[in-house]
Amino acid sequence: MTHLAIPKTYKLYIGGAFPRSESGRTYEVTTSKGAFIANAAKASRKDARDAVVAARAAFSGWSGTTGYNRGQVLYRIAELLEGRRAQFVDELRSTDGLTEAAATKQVDSAIDAWVWYAGWADKYLQVAGNGNPVSGPYFNISTPEPTGVVAVIAPATHGLLGLVSVIAPVILSGNTVVVVASESSPLSAISLSEVLATSDVPAGVVNVLTGSAAEIAPWLASHADVNALDLAGAEALEWVDLQIAAADTLKRVLPPESGLPALTVDRVTFFTETKTVWHTKALI
Amino acid sequence: MTMEASNTRWLDYAPAPESTSILHLKKSYGLFIDGDFVAGSGRSFTTISPADEHSIAEIASADAGDVDRAVAAARKAYNSTWSKLGGADRGKYLYRIARLVQERARELAVAESLDNGKPIKESRDVDVPLVAAWFFYYAGWADKLEHAGLGPNPRALGVAAQVIPWNFPLLMLAWKIAPALAAGNTVVIKPAETTPLSALIFAEILQQADLPNGVVNIITGAGETGSLLVNHPDVNKVAFTGSTAVGRAIAKSTAGTGKKLTLELGGKAANIVFDDAPIDQAIEGIVNGIFFNQGHVCCAGSRLLVQENIETEVVDRLKERLVTLRMGDPLDKNTDIGAINSRAQLDRIRALSDIGEEEGATRWSAPCEIPAKGFWFAPTIFTGVETSHRIAREEIFGPVLSVLTFRTPAEAIAKANNTPYGLSAGIWSDKGSKVLAVADKLRAGVIWANTFNKFDPSSPFGGYKESGYGREGGRHGLAAYLTNAVLQSGANK
Repeated sequence: MTHLAIPKTYKLYIGGAFPRSESGRTYEVTTSKGAFIANAAKASRKDARDAVVAARAAFSGWSGTTGYNRGQVLYRIAELLEGRRAQFVDELRSTDGLTEAAATKQVDSAIDAWVWYAGWADKYLQVAGNGNPVSGPYFNISTPEPTGVVAVIAPATHGLLGLVSVIAPVILSGNTVVVVASESSPLSAISLSEVLATSDVPAGVVNVLTGSAAEIAPWLASHADVNALDLAGAEALEWVDLQIAAADTLKRVLPPESGLPALTVDRVTFFTETKTVWHTKALI
Repeated sequence: MTMEASNTRWLDYAPAPESTSILHLKKSYGLFIDGDFVAGSGRSFTTISPADEHSIAEIASADAGDVDRAVAAARKAYNSTWSKLGGADRGKYLYRIARLVQERARELAVAESLDNGKPIKESRDVDVPLVAAWFFYYAGWADKLEHAGLGPNPRALGVAAQVIPWNFPLLMLAWKIAPALAAGNTVVIKPAETTPLSALIFAEILQQADLPNGVVNIITGAGETGSLLVNHPDVNKVAFTGSTAVGRAIAKSTAGTGKKLTLELGGKAANIVFDDAPIDQAIEGIVNGIFFNQGHVCCAGSRLLVQENIETEVVDRLKERLVTLRMGDPLDKNTDIGAINSRAQLDRIRALSDIGEEEGATRWSAPCEIPAKGFWFAPTIFTGVETSHRIAREEIFGPVLSVLTFRTPAEAIAKANNTPYGLSAGIWSDKGSKVLAVADKLRAGVIWANTFNKFDPSSPFGGYKESGYGREGGRHGLAAYLTNAVLQSGANK
């Protein structure tokens, strides 16, 4: 007797849990040729707001961990992704119509991206910060700190690697993130959430919404408890309007990228704030 | 300020005014475009001394055509001279400017105090020396940009549009111009409407330095001129220091234009005093934190968070100290508290102070003789302030201190961070481990521990959250004026 497959229900990832959209909506995810694969959750404004609440709640704990600790957590993600590579290859082949070789290459690159960024967690401060030789009896040092809650529009292509390329640089410094996954390729995003949920990433550090970026992005851009907005995958959206909405609370805004964002330390430092601390020295 | 008790009058100071004879002011000033003063086409206005409301000079106002001409001059200078000059030569011009500022320091200080109302001891000992230091510091960066850790091939952006406030007129000009020129940009800068004088004297310094024409253009006018400048299609970079409301408008109008933007906006800084603080120094620090420059300081320590068990002692000693401050003629060398910069600002300070009383806080003002003319506001303390009060939430930008209390470090941190702003904060404690732990938790760009309101060209300055983005000062300050440099957060590309 052959085994009858059990298809997975793809849901959202908010605050460490996998809820359906509160709106009850789903949308059809299909192969590149149009065949049905799954009903993904179509996130609503309320889901976006719930995700921001979860991200804010997680910020204090995550940003308070050491860089060494966060580096190990990110490395752990790479370990678990490695163990589930076959699943991601299958999903990318079905949603993005990739050949096995191309899908494998993307999964390899995504694993390596986690490893590359993991190594930055306890180093970016040394690159982006410095002591300052002020002319007076003061100890003075500038260090980068995470900006806070970052909303991210993931690249529309490269369902897995695109997502990793924008999440990893944001969370390694201690930010928490609400990411809107690629609308056409959301399965990797939810499967990646399963990896995150079992990789010692605290609940709420990464929150993943699937659905229409055009619908959800304006709520995130105008949300008063979001500190920064990464428009990486927003090139096809009305992204200038999003930037204008973000100006109301003076969010930091990274403009759209055409194509896959490169792995850079600039993506890390952009979502940080430089804090300069002065302390008096005794005159002895 | 005179003493409260008249029998101490015999100890009072004799007047010691700085002479204005060092100034060589013109009756009217044009716009400084392409190396020359030219007439403005907008409606000119008068700049006055806020201490006695007398007219100082007639100032040109730049209209759209003037802004076009200034940007065109900056573009031409960028293309034809400045971008072709080596970093070492750009640095030499900046060194020249630093030296000329030092040579004309007294004149600049007198002009600044006359036009702004700040005490001469501050313009002489803080503002102008820092202006020279800023040019000297960035001069040295001009030929070392590739060593700044801002990428392998740091390049200038082009023409920078800069709009600065009235609280530190010449110092803010230096914060803007020095890094911009060191990085290889050319500049069009607009000083504030109420304080154009020192910038116009600075234009003369640029002529003495023989800076190539058009590298720096200084255009005067009101908010409309500033708006025309930042929205001009041929500028590559916008740098603004001022109110959060205007900063927000600029962030909107530059969205999607590709102009790189840095904003240094408002603040509502907490100055946290623990019961193990060195109290004598803390009292001086609180006074310096909020009454320096009449409280016209974006990073002013306007919220005093004092540990509950020492509140009475601290407030009593603060009042004792404030009674000894001398308010009056900004040009008098013994003056501690000068004039409020404008009638509009005085109205705002009065309105918010009245609201503080209406909302239930207790007001105490230092007993001062208020001069008959000019704009004045006595140093004022509100006690019994709650976090929901408007005087605990809104930037007053005047000599008004709101006192709140806390019991534990966690409560102090929560209250300090309970604001949409995040520019600065102060911590007073003799316990180093506590200071560092609290500094880690404060969401603000500049933390002063056992000091306050210290500035240095090598030290980055700028805010978190709605206090803006980007940093001024230090290596980080260069990033605001270079391509491919994202070292600082949020400087919108």
